[in-house]
Amino acid sequence: MDFNDTKDEAEFRSKVKAWLKENAPKSGKSGGRYDPLDVQDEAIKEARNWQSKKAEAGYAAITWPKEFGGLEGTPIQSVIYSQEESNYNVPGGFFEIGLGMCIPTMMAWATPEQNERYVKPALNGEEVWCQLFSEPSAGSDVAGIRTKAEKEGDNWIINGQKVWTSGAHFSDFGIIVVRTDPNVPKHKGLSFFFLDMKSEGIDVKPIRQISGGENFNEVFFNDVRVPDSQRLGEVGEGWKVALTTLMNERLAIGVPKSADYSALTKLAKEITLNDKSAISNDLVRSKIAEWYVQAEGLKYTKMRTLTALSKGETPGPESSIGKIVSAPKMQDLASFAMDLQGASGIISDPEISLLHSIFQNQWLSAAGYRIAGGTDEILRNIVAERVLGLPQDVRVDKAVAFNELPTGR
Amino acid sequence: MNFDFSEDQKLLKEQVSRFLQDKCSLDIARSILESDEQYSKEVWKGLVELGLTGTTIPEEYGGLGLGALELCVIAEELGRFAAPVPFSSSVYLATEAIKLYGTSEQKELWLPKLASGEIIATFALSESASEPSEKNINTTIIGNKLNGKKLPVPDGSYADICVVVVRDKGSNTISLALVEMNSKGITKNELKTLDPSRNHAELIFKDSPAEIMETGSESWLCVEKCLDTAAILIAFEQIGGAEASLNMAKEYALDRYAFGRQIGSYQAIKHKLADMYVKIELAKSNCYYGAMMLNDDGGDFKIAAAASRVAATDAFNFAAQENIQTHGGIGFTWEANTQFFYRRSQVLGLALGGLTTWKNKLVNQLEEKNIA
Repeated sequence: MDFNDTKDEAEFRSKVKAWLKENAPKSGKSGGRYDPLDVQDEAIKEARNWQSKKAEAGYAAITWPKEFGGLEGTPIQSVIYSQEESNYNVPGGFFEIGLGMCIPTMMAWATPEQNERYVKPALNGEEVWCQLFSEPSAGSDVAGIRTKAEKEGDNWIINGQKVWTSGAHFSDFGIIVVRTDPNVPKHKGLSFFFLDMKSEGIDVKPIRQISGGENFNEVFFNDVRVPDSQRLGEVGEGWKVALTTLMNERLAIGVPKSADYSALTKLAKEITLNDKSAISNDLVRSKIAEWYVQAEGLKYTKMRTLTALSKGETPGPESSIGKIVSAPKMQDLASFAMDLQGASGIISDPEISLLHSIFQNQWLSAAGYRIAGGTDEILRNIVAERVLGLPQDVRVDKAVAFNELPTGR
Repeated sequence: MNFDFSEDQKLLKEQVSRFLQDKCSLDIARSILESDEQYSKEVWKGLVELGLTGTTIPEEYGGLGLGALELCVIAEELGRFAAPVPFSSSVYLATEAIKLYGTSEQKELWLPKLASGEIIATFALSESASEPSEKNINTTIIGNKLNGKKLPVPDGSYADICVVVVRDKGSNTISLALVEMNSKGITKNELKTLDPSRNHAELIFKDSPAEIMETGSESWLCVEKCLDTAAILIAFEQIGGAEASLNMAKEYALDRYAFGRQIGSYQAIKHKLADMYVKIELAKSNCYYGAMMLNDDGGDFKIAAAASRVAATDAFNFAAQENIQTHGGIGFTWEANTQFFYRRSQVLGLALGGLTTWKNKLVNQLEEKNIA
């Protein structure tokens, strides 16, 4: 057992190291990899520059085929690149959804001409993509969408509303799933398109989050015309296409580095409980131990996954536990750290609050991470069904025409 | 990146698993639980024949000369079958202690007998419900005379030799002593415990002849070394037990119907089982690192031992108790097999000290290494 690179991996790593040393920006305005739920608009230019440099060198999509600008490399090479890149203060956060979900869907379903037109600009960072799936009445139950598209000559006319669309305000293109037939059961009446986000009739409105940031949007569609040539997959088979995207979603959505057991320890050393340093309190120590074990468990689970990749195997199901553990941990740890500070725990002014209010900020944003990219509950269903082989819940909506389903409000 | 067991180690694991499947079904645990038998002699004999009691004993002493990683995969399988045998006390604790701290005469005398299965050994630390420490060990050795009381001692009713944590009256340091259990002045009282498929006894030493081992000036550190080693190995048993509990709960959730459908289709059950799975995987990953540190004698050995133990105890306790909950009323009956893991989870989880002790140890280590 060891964490060492194989000979090939070591070679690739040293190539990447040398390239990054030569090319990576020495300092970034964005202050490094920032929280994708809290994007600052002005950072995009800087991110584009970096992305185009990466694309030129082939590092923007290491595992992609060469015809699409990739390196035809292995997943472990992709990981090695990310590990090395994380040592630098490089901008990021704009292209993950496009390159992680939208473009792979295009590559699987679009025509060669369309891929010729769209893949490289996305890879270079010239064009940004977003994903238009969720709706006010279709969150976890994403196949329950109501945004409709009606055929008119060679075009489709889209009307409705999407929500939680990350990056819609700076995106050039989007992929969208819409209802083209409400008279059949819900999964069967969907179709899938890609569209120009600057099309007439699209209205993007940012949603302000609990944390104060504005990264998500509501996107309204008012008689938006999309050519039939931009349909991916057959009419009525949009769900099949959407699954390609969703399979990539859990790979793309993670939880950012957050305050962990070490931050909690630092705090506990600065404050007292019962007139003694809080670090000497047994309950505090017990919590530190629990979160240490969780953090280590996640770290070494990742090593197990990487080992499988390194051997050219498919990672085992253990790779699915990450967000189930890390998102609630973010929230629980922050909550406990605030609890230790008593009444002062509510102060979120970074000038006054201990450790520059990292716990208060984390507590606010953690509530979002327990939901984004699959709620805690949906992820448990996925583990239960796909890993443990338990049956699906009874589905009362499976054999009923979509327009006859009870909808609540 | 090679954070996994080798193909040979996986083959060994399969071999042990096949043997246990064949010879150590839960009926065996039940037969020990329900009788006056102290352990399954047949299963033990089979393990000895496979050479497993000598896994890490060097070949010069008649062992297989393999490493800690091999012992880890064996432990996981023993845990999976709740094997009612003295493997943890004789192999993880006593054999490792003799390898580490035995004099050359003691090694020459006892290691071949342990490897061949001629004798069973155990390890005696705890004296009361207070957490054992450098300060409160009251069993003493003066010259070669042992006095004091130990409880609970696993397999204490029948082990042939015992490594005893003692206070050396001469130097007033903590040390280890080796005692032959058929010596005079030893009283063995079998204890009633939560898990009668594993024997435990109270041992009282009265001027019993014993030999001091070679712990030098390590004092309490030698005890910690033995406990940390065993913690990692027992953590693998706990993972095996936890996986077996999850598997049992899953099978039942698929078989059992309520309100017209499989109970495994209800989210209340699915989420419970998913939580078991998550805890087990977190524990397993910690244990892999523990195994690596044990095998390499790595710098994070003590931290990894504590982390493995905390994670694995949590996973097994949770899986064993929620397995019963998943079964409903039938899971609480004597005839159900859920009880073996429920009982064993506490025996393994408390054997080397409970979660409170180990969490504290873990944070002490983090502070010492300035990690936290």
